[in-house]
Amino acid sequence: MQVTERLATEAAMKTMGTEPQGGLGVAFWATLKRDLVLLLRRRSEVMNPLVFFAIVITLFPIGISPDPELLAAIAPGLLWVAALLAALLSLDSLFRADYDDGSLEQLLLTPQPLALLALAKVAVHWLLTGLPLALMAPLLGIMLALPAGSYAVLALSLALGSASLSLIGAIGAALTVGLSRGGVLLSLLVLPLYIPVLIFGAGAVQAAILGDGITAHLAILGALLAVALIFAPWAIAASLRISING
Amino acid sequence: MWAFIHKLGSPKWFYGISARLQPWFWVLALVLIAVGTVWGLAFAPADYQQGNSFRIIYVHVPAAFLAQSIFVTMAVAGMIFMVWKIKIADMAAAMMAPLGAAMTFIALFSGAVWGVPTWGTWWMWDARLTSMLILLFLYLGVIALRGAFASRDSASRAASVLAMVGVINIPIIKYSVDWWYTLHQPASFTLTERPAMPTEMWVPLLIMVVGFYCFFIAVTLLRTRSEILRREANKRWVRELAGETS
Repeated sequence: MQVTERLATEAAMKTMGTEPQGGLGVAFWATLKRDLVLLLRRRSEVMNPLVFFAIVITLFPIGISPDPELLAAIAPGLLWVAALLAALLSLDSLFRADYDDGSLEQLLLTPQPLALLALAKVAVHWLLTGLPLALMAPLLGIMLALPAGSYAVLALSLALGSASLSLIGAIGAALTVGLSRGGVLLSLLVLPLYIPVLIFGAGAVQAAILGDGITAHLAILGALLAVALIFAPWAIAASLRISING
Repeated sequence: MWAFIHKLGSPKWFYGISARLQPWFWVLALVLIAVGTVWGLAFAPADYQQGNSFRIIYVHVPAAFLAQSIFVTMAVAGMIFMVWKIKIADMAAAMMAPLGAAMTFIALFSGAVWGVPTWGTWWMWDARLTSMLILLFLYLGVIALRGAFASRDSASRAASVLAMVGVINIPIIKYSVDWWYTLHQPASFTLTERPAMPTEMWVPLLIMVVGFYCFFIAVTLLRTRSEILRREANKRWVRELAGETS
């Protein structure tokens, strides 16, 4: 596994290194592919947030009550909060391995803008954490007696919202990657910033249950994502530079 | 213009000018707060609905004002530090963060105390209280992040980035919490939206607000001065200063 990892890194580096001019897209795709390959070869790391999500959802009926009516009333919020925490849990490892083996420094040295390469890493995080969580949420919704008609909205709002969560969370991950015990600090930094996404995400599911229009909620989630897409990559890049040079 | 900014950035010059400014702000703060307190608590008329319990606004509103302005000031100082590398800005930002957190706590606490006679409970998930609570978490995050780094330069830059990210998020959080609140509860009686406050009520309030701002400036100057001495302890001018006074 070590060898394949290194080969993947070297392949990515080679693509970046040999084409300093006009290599923006190439570098983006190389980073994306490299991270995807690395994560897909470490399946347990991809699975852990999903298992965490399922376990947390199991805890609520045990802790509160198995009454389907009660569960249905709180299901949208529970599913959203649990998914948010699961996504948060996986953030700590977003830059950790690259920081430890030095490939993050190589990423900083590439001629391409760091913000774009960081965006590729965040995209991989969303593809392998946010998206699976969103696809898994309807299944857990059944177990929480989530009213019919809101399953598609649940998955859609989570898919849209978790992209913002990945972007915002990556700022915190980049700020704490150089610290040996960054995990708890990371959640402290990132959770307050997650609140708008949570409000509109859970609100969308709630609106679907009540039969209200959901387009407004989804539109605002999209707007939050757009804002995050504009600002977050620069903040991530600046934070990574601080963590590496510090 | 640039020479002035350059001079302002020199710790030695700042140490000198702040020594002259500081007493004025202390005197102003003490006089204004004393006048405002006596006027507000003893002479302003009681509210026709809330009786004397409304008088807590003379602490609550200035604290809430400061809580928000200090975060913005901190972010602006962080930006000045990141862009022009002016160390004074970072020292001031570091020194005002605990004061801002304290003001947020005072605003929350006085809001809770006011809630007992008015709402009959210590805590309501009121939109203002909730966004204040989130602001407190943001402050704690910035303070915790600064404390987590071993190197001071990294700590300063990381805290600056986080403060800037936070200040972009504060309006988003504020409006989403407002929206969330109106969805879940009908707007109840809020602290500041009373029907046209009479003059004899808001004049002492205004005096208190200005007094609190002066207090904030005075405390920040004092704390920044000691931080300058601590960080510049090895510089010649600080040594000479210590030699002269001791």
